[in-house]
Amino acid sequence: MKKVFKLEELDCANCARKMEEAIGKLPGVHSASISFMTQKLTLEAEDERFEEIVGQAQKCISRVERHCRIVK
Amino acid sequence: MTRRHKQTLARILVAGVLLVAAVLTPESWGLWRLPIFLIPYFVVGWDVLWEAICNIAHGEIFDENFLMCVATLGALVLGEYTEAVGVMLFYQVGELFQSLAVSKSRRSIAQLMDIRPDSAHVLRGGEEVTVDPDEVQVGETLVVRPGERIALDGVVVEGSSSLDTAALTGESMPRDVEEGQEVSSGCVNLTGLLHLEVTRPFGQSTVARILELVENAAAKKAKAEHFITRFARWYTPAVVLGAAALAIVGGLVTGHWGEWVRRALIFLVISCPCALVISIPMAFFGGIGGASRQGVLVKGGNYLELLAKTRTVVFDKTGTLTQGKFALSGLYPVREEDEEPLLRWAALAESHSNHPIAQSLRRAWQGDVKDHTVTDVEEIPGRGVCATVDGVEVLAGNAVFLSQHGFTPAQDVPAGTVVHVAAQGRYLGFALIADQVKDHAAKTIAQLKAQGVRTVMLTGDSREVGEQMAQRLGLDQVHAQLLPQDKVDQLEQLLDQKPEGTALAYVGDGVNDAPVLSRADVGVAMGGMGSDAAIEAADVVLMDDDPAKLLTAMSIARKCRAIVIQNIVFALGVKGLFLAMGAFGVATMWEAVFADVGVAVIAILNASRMLYHKK
Repeated sequence: MKKVFKLEELDCANCARKMEEAIGKLPGVHSASISFMTQKLTLEAEDERFEEIVGQAQKCISRVERHCRIVK
Repeated sequence: MTRRHKQTLARILVAGVLLVAAVLTPESWGLWRLPIFLIPYFVVGWDVLWEAICNIAHGEIFDENFLMCVATLGALVLGEYTEAVGVMLFYQVGELFQSLAVSKSRRSIAQLMDIRPDSAHVLRGGEEVTVDPDEVQVGETLVVRPGERIALDGVVVEGSSSLDTAALTGESMPRDVEEGQEVSSGCVNLTGLLHLEVTRPFGQSTVARILELVENAAAKKAKAEHFITRFARWYTPAVVLGAAALAIVGGLVTGHWGEWVRRALIFLVISCPCALVISIPMAFFGGIGGASRQGVLVKGGNYLELLAKTRTVVFDKTGTLTQGKFALSGLYPVREEDEEPLLRWAALAESHSNHPIAQSLRRAWQGDVKDHTVTDVEEIPGRGVCATVDGVEVLAGNAVFLSQHGFTPAQDVPAGTVVHVAAQGRYLGFALIADQVKDHAAKTIAQLKAQGVRTVMLTGDSREVGEQMAQRLGLDQVHAQLLPQDKVDQLEQLLDQKPEGTALAYVGDGVNDAPVLSRADVGVAMGGMGSDAAIEAADVVLMDDDPAKLLTAMSIARKCRAIVIQNIVFALGVKGLFLAMGAFGVATMWEAVFADVGVAVIAILNASRMLYHKK
């Protein structure tokens, strides 16, 4: 499944890159791309565990930038 | 400016004043000056310190906040109070500047893409109601007043008007529409009241698809963006390790620990790859946004990159270089005075037919059939027609048809569809019907060639038609009589022949050539307005049918590439230079903070030029 999420309070481009890298390494993620300009996360991951993976992605994001949230 | 920006600005100003006051205190106060300098330091940098502490708790040691804290706290320990506060201050100024520049360009792109309608007026039960475009059903009647943006795709059922299609096509000439014509959402109604029957739900409308496409384009990253990502991954750790090595080795060898630690701290100030990480994606994003403003949809930064190095352009003929519409292209009478009757007889004899050839004859003639009597029409399919027009027997058809009736039609005829005409027992000459070349086709080819691009045409048409067209437009090469699958083979060969390191673009109209579009390095589809197939299959969509838009797309792509190269060279060059100067003890922390935030700001401003691409 592929879904696009809006990210709130994504402030730094280098952080966006770090998040993208961390999310890309999560098990079950096929591809992850964060655009700093559009403030969007494009996530492609296994269908069955999609919700769980989004949760883990949020953790990756919070670790880099505390305020940044995935808007569901 | 948001509230947070204003707060940061206020903190910067207050800290600036406090810093000046602190600097004015007499040096003889010695260590007592430290608390005085700490006040502006905390005023301007408390959030950086707090972020650093939080990130350390998460194990992020290469975090830019943390490194900035180490650098400034280190300077405080070394007694360089002014530098410590000043660097923190300028770091915040730079961050504020970056944030403002990015949000400004984000807003300008949002404005470029401001074609999403807020509401739609529909007729329900004879009354006009205003609703969200999402709620409008297919088949409902949409009312569009002059000055309003059309919210959904539809067919005009009442009224006529001219439309401003600039938001979709970049074309400033208004387009006239009348009853029965299809109109796309996103156009602005200029003159008359229109009633439309909605043909597509909002989610599938032209506007929704364009917006989705442009927003998704940011997810397809260019090679340069991937390069920056890889580079950023090792840049910060490398600089930090370099700083540690510098301090330890320098200190051990010379014994001047203070001096070498100071030099190492300079490294830490330059350790963020921010300039590149922001400005490169921004250039591509701006390029995609700017292109869409001019009626060129690019599906990803990678395609902009490929367009910039395109050195072979392969065109489809029908619908791409030509309009795909038949029209009279010439009259060839035996005697000069036969010219007018030739066209008149031909048009009238064919007046009962709806064949495209008959239609183009009628359009060219412009007379009224009702003023004439046409009887005894006998049509022989694939040959021609025989009719009595105003009491005169007229024959119009191909050479075989006329020969069968005892005439000797002209043998030497140009490529195209030829209609020979005989009347009153005499051969008058022939009319040539051909596909019409688009207005800008020849200009486009000429400019591509001037840029050193090889131009090739593929067509399913006959060899004569193809070669004549190629000659007329000045194409380098033509392959004719190709079936759809032959086009793929031919394209494979052209891909093999293209020079190393360059790309090949295929331009088609999206009809029957989807496999070729996807096989080419860059598939460019013409006429995206309304055509799902074209938008789906292509990497780049030219919204109106003008081949010259390819030139626009390529020039935007090249400008984007130039900006990306400038930024990479500039940012790496300046950072490298200041790292070297820092290591040799020539640079101070003041210069280091310029190499960090100053370079980032300049690179961002350079990238924002992409938003203002002139036509």
